[in-house]
Amino acid sequence: MASVSTNEMRSGTKVLVDGEPYSIVENEYRKPGKGQATNTIKIRNLKNGRVLEKTLKSGDSWELADIEEVEMQYLYNDGEFWHFMNPATFEQIQASRTACEDAAKWIKGEETCKILFFNGLPLSVTPPNFALLTITETDPGVRGDTSGGGGKPATLETGAVVRVPLFVQQGEVIKVDTRTGEYLSRAGK
Amino acid sequence: MGEGRRETGDASALWSPSASLQTIKARAELYGSVRAFFSSRDVLEVDTPVMSAHATVDRHIESFDVPGGGWLQTSPEFAMKRLLCAGAGPIFQIAPVFRREESGRHHNPEFRLLEWYRPGWDHHRLMDEVRALLQALGLAPHHDYPRWTYREAFMQHAGFDPFAEPVARLRERARDGEVPALDLGDREADRDAWLDLWMSHRVGPRLGFDVPAFLLDFPASQAALSRIRPGDPPVAERFELFWQGIELANGFHELGDAGEQRRRFESDQLWRKENGRVVPPYDAHLIAALRAGLPDCAGVALGLDRLLMLQLGLPHMAQALSFDGTRA
Repeated sequence: MASVSTNEMRSGTKVLVDGEPYSIVENEYRKPGKGQATNTIKIRNLKNGRVLEKTLKSGDSWELADIEEVEMQYLYNDGEFWHFMNPATFEQIQASRTACEDAAKWIKGEETCKILFFNGLPLSVTPPNFALLTITETDPGVRGDTSGGGGKPATLETGAVVRVPLFVQQGEVIKVDTRTGEYLSRAGK
Repeated sequence: MGEGRRETGDASALWSPSASLQTIKARAELYGSVRAFFSSRDVLEVDTPVMSAHATVDRHIESFDVPGGGWLQTSPEFAMKRLLCAGAGPIFQIAPVFRREESGRHHNPEFRLLEWYRPGWDHHRLMDEVRALLQALGLAPHHDYPRWTYREAFMQHAGFDPFAEPVARLRERARDGEVPALDLGDREADRDAWLDLWMSHRVGPRLGFDVPAFLLDFPASQAALSRIRPGDPPVAERFELFWQGIELANGFHELGDAGEQRRRFESDQLWRKENGRVVPPYDAHLIAALRAGLPDCAGVALGLDRLLMLQLGLPHMAQALSFDGTRA
């Protein structure tokens, strides 16, 4: 099994710790001038997002996790699984509800998503950074209000709820940052 | 490395310096002040080879080896001691040094050491001069710098006597979360490995906050190239200087006994072999020079990049280097 030594661990390196896949967040090297060096490493569990801190003797290593990231096109959701296709090979895969937890509320079909595979199985799905979605429900705003106010909740066609300025109306298409869940602008026709 | 590396998707951004032009000027001024300080005290500036047929065999310092060349120095110590044996008198040097696998917020594989030697002095007198230099550079100019023994510093900041605490208890304390739990593998029974962990995670980061602080009288097992003073327990006549929790300098009342020096080199080589490390040839010229006679002396090495970083309040040592390891 390929492994990675403390001095090769960079932010983003994928490792296997106690059988679980992790991504390196931070790697702090410490060394008393003439003594044993250590690396204190922050790692994020790729399944549940939990962050841990581990300290290793410098030069020790972890196994590399068999993690692969592939761009795939979202096809449809059959109620249980989300289906994706690799546009290069036309291979189709299905991802579980857990894997799509964060992405599901931003995708409606044909988006190119990044899928993280762990040991060949889809572990998580990342939607495109920006989504253009139609507002299906929001209270009518009062005319003359500007975007300076607190805004109001709006439900999008995918089910996501975002805060939008008061002047934005039901039926309009808006641009949303999927990383923060924030409204960016109206998508002018 | 991690933090030492700037995450950037654009490799072309790496052409530019990691230090600001202001910092690059501050470094030139620092070198100028250091040279003026030693010139006024009649300490001779010397220049010794960076590449050598020999290398350090220190257990925890890794040298770069150059194909067809030799070894890059990890400190100019051996060559400077040979000059002392040749009768050079007090000498100093600003030297590029190289240490493999050292990279992080306060480390870079290549850095600059200010190293100097004082024949006829002991380490206490040299600590006075380290303070005088730093005060001349504007660090806490009107204060004395406290001198903590290794034992006192551990009693104060770790709550135990580093010479008496059983190794098993050191391990338990780590498991209890006082310092990070660490799998030391085949070094589990090595007291110094645990003490190093306490030093780098607990004691060191608490030293030298109001004014710089000296740490001295290290365990004899951590003597490196210093003399050991008999006693109960015997201690190494070695000191370090900490400022804002960061180790800035390491000094010795220098070991002059050729036989003892050779035994330490051989013991370190054996340790390296048993631990699967590279075993470089130790400096036979140094042993021969010590046989010819090293004047009683004290010497110290001070990291100029860290000093500059702290003087300017930079959060990362890379910002004190014109081009850090990722751009070099």
